[in-house]
Amino acid sequence: MKQSWLILGASSSMARAFARAVAERGADVFLAGRDMDDLQRIADDCRLRGAPCAEALKFDARRPKSFDAINDRLAEQDGMLNVAVFIGSMPEQAAIDANPALIDGTVTDSFTGPARFLQGFVPLMEERGGGTVIGIASVAGDRGRIGNYVYGAAKAGFATYLSGLRNRLTRAGGHVVTVKPGFVDTAMTWGLPGMFLVASPESVARDLLRATDKQRDVIYTPFFWRWIMLIIRLIPERIFKKLSI
Amino acid sequence: MRWKTGEYAGWGRVLRAGGKMARPEKIAALRATLREEKCPAIGNRRSYGDAALNGGGHVIDMTRLDRMIAFDEETGILQAEAGITIGEITRLMAPRGWIPAVLPGTGFATLGGCIGNDVHGKNHHGAGSFGQHVVEIELLGANGRTRRITPGNAPELFRATIGGLGQTGIILSASIRLIRSGSTVMDVRESRADNLDEFMSLLEGSTATYCVGWIDATARGESLGRGILEEAEIREHAVPITEKGAKSVPMDAPRFLLSAPVVRAFNQLYLRRVPPGGRRIDRSMQDFFFPLDRVHDWNRLYGKPGFHQFQCVLPPDSARETLHRMMEKIASSRLASPLAVLKRLGEGRGGMMSFPMEGFTLAVDFPNRRESAGLVQELIDMTLAAGGRIYPAKDSVATAEQFAPMYDERADFATIANAQDPDHRLETDLVRRLKLRSEA
Repeated sequence: MKQSWLILGASSSMARAFARAVAERGADVFLAGRDMDDLQRIADDCRLRGAPCAEALKFDARRPKSFDAINDRLAEQDGMLNVAVFIGSMPEQAAIDANPALIDGTVTDSFTGPARFLQGFVPLMEERGGGTVIGIASVAGDRGRIGNYVYGAAKAGFATYLSGLRNRLTRAGGHVVTVKPGFVDTAMTWGLPGMFLVASPESVARDLLRATDKQRDVIYTPFFWRWIMLIIRLIPERIFKKLSI
Repeated sequence: MRWKTGEYAGWGRVLRAGGKMARPEKIAALRATLREEKCPAIGNRRSYGDAALNGGGHVIDMTRLDRMIAFDEETGILQAEAGITIGEITRLMAPRGWIPAVLPGTGFATLGGCIGNDVHGKNHHGAGSFGQHVVEIELLGANGRTRRITPGNAPELFRATIGGLGQTGIILSASIRLIRSGSTVMDVRESRADNLDEFMSLLEGSTATYCVGWIDATARGESLGRGILEEAEIREHAVPITEKGAKSVPMDAPRFLLSAPVVRAFNQLYLRRVPPGGRRIDRSMQDFFFPLDRVHDWNRLYGKPGFHQFQCVLPPDSARETLHRMMEKIASSRLASPLAVLKRLGEGRGGMMSFPMEGFTLAVDFPNRRESAGLVQELIDMTLAAGGRIYPAKDSVATAEQFAPMYDERADFATIANAQDPDHRLETDLVRRLKLRSEA
């Protein structure tokens, strides 16, 4: 069966690695985001790597008007529709403290924008009786920490949304994978202090493909973050509130 | 653009630099970064010395600008961004029947790095150097303007950019001519050479497309210069072979690993793998062209102090005699590691500062001990006296005085680079050490 992958936020290095991986498997790829020049480059690259069709599409999480054209284009595709959501934004907590209005954009980029898009897109998948949604949440959403709790809260909201969406899409034969990456070597983490055990975007992409094939529900990538976050979640709140980790 | 502050090193890990590094993931981000700070572009840092270092300054890591842009099935011309590795191009294109015309000894070298160092491969005697298969370069000048240069529209600038160590501008993308390959399997013939004379005769007599020799740099006396010659052709049709998985070196190795007795014992065993009468085997392209890439971070085997590589090319008439003296010196130093290569080069070179010349090239790795740099210095002097050259991509000890006489077009190169980059923003530690931008 023909597979099409819509990739939201396709300019990020994690998304690029995933787009390449599905292109090498022969899927059609639709690269959605804001920087059309860059998306066109990735589309050319995906085509040369084996995607029969690779197109750049305009998507802006903060402009729901951009959603309809994407739905229309994907509706023309035969076969199974799949979508992977890589968008999110993480302003520094200090910047948010100085300008609380940044919270709106962070929540839109990381949670409500993609949720609103998926809400309109999932019926297309249900009609065809399947497909996979991959949603990139974050370990930051597992517990609110002093350093990035606004981003964490937005990703926690998105993770809960994905859990409900899984409950819904499973009934139609589809599947939702919630992904919680730890530190990944991307432009977002480049040069930040305190990074350790940093994973390459390519290794994350491999984990995403495996989780899709095996229909896993919630994965941490690299896998050991499941245990790190288990420990962090188990710390009692009266102790945790005094920590700065 | 966020700059990462820290220390980074060349592949040999002897030379290091502290400074700031940016790693843009989009062309727009690269341009924004350069507006902030004009600085040299670097790739995967597979140069052994300081070619990719800018101590106390800024550098731009190009490895995330790594996309293929276009491929023409008729002409075999591939255009790709500078940060893609040559191994990735091979992995993706070989199953479709195409490979780069020249493949260096590591697949981790970037396209931009292959051009900037005008690398050569195991087929240099027939195919020439990497730069000779580059048809167009998209060059971002220090003035912020992008030009598409070809051997036709900018012959001098093109020849200064091939092998130009990044001094004429930042290579954004390049178009290279690929060659046809019937399969991804190599038909390899291995033969033993019992001493240097026999080795060189075998190299001279070889008619194979791909030809490389492993030389035992610890053997002395009658066995001086013994080794294994590998000659190979790409198979017309694939045959099944088993691919080995990649491994990585988890930590810096202890010093005794490369002590003289261990290396001698290893080399003995390595030589004995091949029966006295030679053998034929099938090997994957990956294993044949990039034998060391299976072991990620193998440079850590040399421990924390790192290692030096000496690589020279010697003109054919005096090569036999000079190599004899070099191998004597190397073997008696008891410093050599198992990694040593002898091969023939043709005359092909793509740029003013390209390393290759007709003759024989020797490459030997030495762990960084107290005497190692001095030994390499002596070998460089012997190279100079023999009318040969050393390879900037490998070197970390040569002086400007040793280097200058080896490259005839050095002053012309400096003039062009200085015109392209008048504020000297693209200089690297190597360029300063060897005074490559001095027009005198």
